[in-house]
Amino acid sequence: MTENNINPTGDNKLLAETHSTRKISWLERTVGPDNYRILKGLVKTPASIIGMILIAIFILIAIFAPVIAPPVGNDPFKMPRDGFVGEPKGPGSPWKKNVPDVPFWYQTLTGNEEWVHLLGTAQGQYDIFYGIVWGTRTAFQTGFIVVVATVLIGVILGSIAAYYGGGVDNLIMRITDIFMTLPYIMMALIFSSVLTPILGRSLLPPMIAMIAFGWMGYARIIRSDILSIKERDYVLAAKASGLKSGRILFKHILPNAIFPTLVLASLGIGDVVLGFAALSFLGIGTEVGYADWGQILSFARNWITSLDKYWYIVVYPGITLTLFVMGWNLVGDAMRDVLDPRMRGKS
Amino acid sequence: MTNYIIRRLLLVPVLLIGVTLIIFGMLQLLGPVERSALYVRDFPKNEKQIEGLIKKYGLDKSFFEQYWRWLNGVVDPGSGERQGGILYGDFGYSRTASQPVVDIVKERFPNTVDLALWTIYPMLSVGIWLGVKAAVNQNKFVDQAARVYSIIGTSFPTFVFGLLILMLLYAKAGWFMPGKMSDWVSKLVFSGELKQYTHLLSIDALLNLRFDVFWDAMRHMIMPIITLSYINWATFLRVTRSSMLETLRQDYVVTARAKGLKENDVINRHARPNAMLPIVTMAGSSIVGLLGGVVLTETVFNYPGIGKAAADAAANLDVVTILGLAIFTGTILILSNLIVDIIYAFIDPRVRLA
Repeated sequence: MTENNINPTGDNKLLAETHSTRKISWLERTVGPDNYRILKGLVKTPASIIGMILIAIFILIAIFAPVIAPPVGNDPFKMPRDGFVGEPKGPGSPWKKNVPDVPFWYQTLTGNEEWVHLLGTAQGQYDIFYGIVWGTRTAFQTGFIVVVATVLIGVILGSIAAYYGGGVDNLIMRITDIFMTLPYIMMALIFSSVLTPILGRSLLPPMIAMIAFGWMGYARIIRSDILSIKERDYVLAAKASGLKSGRILFKHILPNAIFPTLVLASLGIGDVVLGFAALSFLGIGTEVGYADWGQILSFARNWITSLDKYWYIVVYPGITLTLFVMGWNLVGDAMRDVLDPRMRGKS
Repeated sequence: MTNYIIRRLLLVPVLLIGVTLIIFGMLQLLGPVERSALYVRDFPKNEKQIEGLIKKYGLDKSFFEQYWRWLNGVVDPGSGERQGGILYGDFGYSRTASQPVVDIVKERFPNTVDLALWTIYPMLSVGIWLGVKAAVNQNKFVDQAARVYSIIGTSFPTFVFGLLILMLLYAKAGWFMPGKMSDWVSKLVFSGELKQYTHLLSIDALLNLRFDVFWDAMRHMIMPIITLSYINWATFLRVTRSSMLETLRQDYVVTARAKGLKENDVINRHARPNAMLPIVTMAGSSIVGLLGGVVLTETVFNYPGIGKAAADAAANLDVVTILGLAIFTGTILILSNLIVDIIYAFIDPRVRLA
């Protein structure tokens, strides 16, 4: 049958689809129609495709970091130094002391045997290229861990609040309000500076601080999603059959409510990496010399009077960080359109 | 509406207690020696002094007992002087800056306000204007361009943007500079030749009719103003655009068009005022955010506001100072959020008449 026979204007595609013999792909069957629509939204607009490509490139850089920039010494996250001179050196200047293995792609591309500072060095002769490549791993690490932890806290608190309602809901949501009053960057900064003397300088203090002050958004989203699902018939059926409330919540409600949150959360990696870079820019977090974008940028703070000369300490790590965040934002933007309840059933 | 305002007012003490508890909880992670900075200025020199301090200020008591002392301070039995006590405006002593935290606040907060004052107008006007333009030309070139801009704008990290601005406008062109004022201005200020009525440098300069000082203040503030406006434009553009699109679909807009009103009147007099409601909330929270200390922008441009003070204290791991500043900004934020919500209640008939 043709669509036009049912509906001459061709407007009512949804109706047509329910009657049609449209093939349902295995993916749609496994994730369900609502979630399938969300996944389809990922590749719908040119913007989100560009975003996916950017993310893919960064994933590749992170995976192939040892090939792209061969490490020196035992700890690959320590940026190799070419001496200890304070003044930064420009892109393309030859590598003198402590030369790492010349990556094979460089030899094949340029035919050059001598390894150079491709993107220059920052103060203290830290190689910027190396920092950017291995900083990608740092970014994914921190982003992933912080997002998983914040979602976990958010989902647990949000679903408890939504499911039990009443006083419990009120208490949890007021605590959420209190955490939301405080400015995020400032509180993350404060908490990591409290934790640094206890845990030492590492990735941990800023990560814990960002988790402690980053879960509120997810708690709110999951709460409202569960509130809308709680009244559905199958939940009532589960209640009527005498299941325990914990089982209803975690087996029947959460799996049906969590998908939008997970999608939004995975796109939150961009924001987390941005926050982490901001903290290390302010001088909190890893020890000096750790491969991390914010730290290379923080070196620029000592050279602001001559930034026109040493532009490469700002421009290269700055562009990298911006592109990384932009990749996640482009996809996130497309996702928000798809997940907007007002848009439901329109695509 | 009275109901709404009463409920909103009742929330304030809850928020204040919550925020102080969070911050005090963080303080408890410190050792007693560091915590003694809440009450006394000098670092204890030996074991005996440390023990004396712990005993005198109850630094080993239970959480809530200590919380109580932190709020009210401890009255010295000998001199009758009160030491510490945030309710009495004593946030402790900054050992890295060698001055009471309150003095840091008094010195730095006017600068933050000064900057916020000059950022509000460019931030709001341009952002809203762009959003209206984008909505009116939905899906046309202007709209697409605005959309691309808003994504780039939200992805550009504040400090990267700030560093690039510094590179171009300061290091290369030399038009503007970081910091707060030039040396000759600071001499004027310290000698008292420039009378300080408000402690906001730009306003004081105008009140003293010293336009050269005003120009100097502006040259130091323009780069942070550009940065702060730039990062907020993208958000305002987005919110204004979607709210405006929503409004343009309403029946009364169709009616206005059907009456034969000019498109300009439809947009400027019927649609835009109604589309402003969500933007008022946004504007409120952005302005509140400016007051709460813009840590990154102030640090990039070496602008001596509250945010820079917090960043410096954090870099020196001076926790008592930074938590004192947090209490101050937290209180400011809670109170200004209250004001914004009440203003909103007056503007939005749905709340006003409820």
